[in-house]
Amino acid sequence: MNAARTLACAVMLIVCAASLAAPWLASAGYAKQFREAPGSPPSRQHLLGTDEIGRDRFARVLYGTRISLLLAPAAALISTLLAALVGGLAGYLGGAWLRLATGLTDLFLSLPWLFLLITVRAILPLNVSPVFSVMITFLILGLLGWAASARVLCTSAQSLRSSDFVVQARASGLHGSRLFFVHVLPNLKPVLYAQFWISIPVFILSEANLGILGLGVAEPLPSWGSLLRELEGLVSFREEPWRLVPLLLLIVVMTSFQMLLSKEEVAV
Amino acid sequence: MLLWRIGRHLLSIAGIVLLGGLISATLVRFAPGFDTDEHQFDPHLSAESVRALQESRSGEHNVLRYYTSYLQGALHGDLGVSHALGQPVRTLLRDRWPVTLKVAGIGLLMGWLLATALAFAVSLTRFAAYEILGTTVSGAFLCIPAAVLALLSVIFNAPGYLAIAFIVFPKIYRYTRNLLAKAYGMPHITAARARGLGELRILFWHVLPVAGPQMIALAGITVSIALGASIPVESLCGLPGIGQLAWQAALARDLPLLVNLTALVTLVTLLANSSADVIVYMVRSREA
Repeated sequence: MNAARTLACAVMLIVCAASLAAPWLASAGYAKQFREAPGSPPSRQHLLGTDEIGRDRFARVLYGTRISLLLAPAAALISTLLAALVGGLAGYLGGAWLRLATGLTDLFLSLPWLFLLITVRAILPLNVSPVFSVMITFLILGLLGWAASARVLCTSAQSLRSSDFVVQARASGLHGSRLFFVHVLPNLKPVLYAQFWISIPVFILSEANLGILGLGVAEPLPSWGSLLRELEGLVSFREEPWRLVPLLLLIVVMTSFQMLLSKEEVAV
Repeated sequence: MLLWRIGRHLLSIAGIVLLGGLISATLVRFAPGFDTDEHQFDPHLSAESVRALQESRSGEHNVLRYYTSYLQGALHGDLGVSHALGQPVRTLLRDRWPVTLKVAGIGLLMGWLLATALAFAVSLTRFAAYEILGTTVSGAFLCIPAAVLALLSVIFNAPGYLAIAFIVFPKIYRYTRNLLAKAYGMPHITAARARGLGELRILFWHVLPVAGPQMIALAGITVSIALGASIPVESLCGLPGIGQLAWQAALARDLPLLVNLTALVTLVTLLANSSADVIVYMVRSREA
């Protein structure tokens, strides 16, 4: 592991640990309002000041990081599992299944993703609870973001299908699900892991986009998307630079992800 | 052969657009909260008005019936009426499309110019400083959400197309840089250099014919990225294009508008990708 990767690992660990230690590090909960001090600048009590309704920004950043960093992998897991199911199985089965899966992935890749995403996210019930909004946001991201990974997995499964050891296993009398689960799927693991890790930053960015547009995690729960929404009222950086902290944190974490993923994995 | 290829592309485009419209209509229909209309909560409305509002949407409950009647209307040039804005969808699209075309078009052009200029400078000069600059700048822009770039353009009073340019720039730069690096690493380029061929001649005669077709294919994909980016950019920068319209339609649960917008953007994306495919085919067949 080179120095850049070690540094990225250290940064990620610190950020994750800080977000998990939020109840001890923050002076208040993410929803507690200090009504005597709305929009106050940083102080000893409020390290990053308070927002327009008097909530401690530092606490919200810590809790928001926890939500974004824990649930993006959950969405990535859903999309990777779906991709393995559609792409992996179709590549392994071949024939009509392969044509069907290729058509399906082509269709999903042709559809305007962000248009679909905001459409589905925007038509949730108006009285949705914050926790439900978190789950549904990342569920939608996971359910709509599987197509590109499925195509990669399909190609890998296809090449495995004609590989020597699978042909030999088939000749030995191994067929059906046993052949797939014992010989094909374990060999797809590296591709599955790669697709999982690649998806995480994509989903973090997607949640941030949805949050800024007001379609992400519902108030009062914080996430990076809803925290970045505060930039909307900013006139100049010099006025309240501490409001840029969520953005800087997002950039630092995303850069760490880029460093952790190899060059080949992040290639477009 | 070329005509057959174009015909096949057009057929698949028509199929995908129809299916895409059906999928978006189905997603909207079966999503929880479809039956909830914000206007129903207006305290000024009487019970009768609320009932009339609910009945006005009863035709949308059966997806297939809704979609069939929509397609029949579309064949006669009638794309329906927007629930939220109370205007014909065709008029809305006609008025809004030029704004998106301009913003996304200029943004794409700027993004391509910036990215290819930097990628070619890095590949031609092989200065480490350019390489570091390109990697750092593209990496930084890859880490920033499109909506934040739109917000930054509002704070800095910059035009919306600049945000789109910076959204597409890192993807184009990284892909082009990788393509050029691969092409320059080929044995015949080393041989050409050993024979004393100039860098520009190597670029135009040996590198571009290898990397060019894939760059054209990327051009089709970047159209889709730019159209997707138009949603946050137009919504946050206050530009009255189809991105902003999609945003308003999504918030208002405006089914006719959403189906048409999804179909339109899918159509444009597919046309861009297919045009790129046909150009690549023509280039390759001329080379052969």
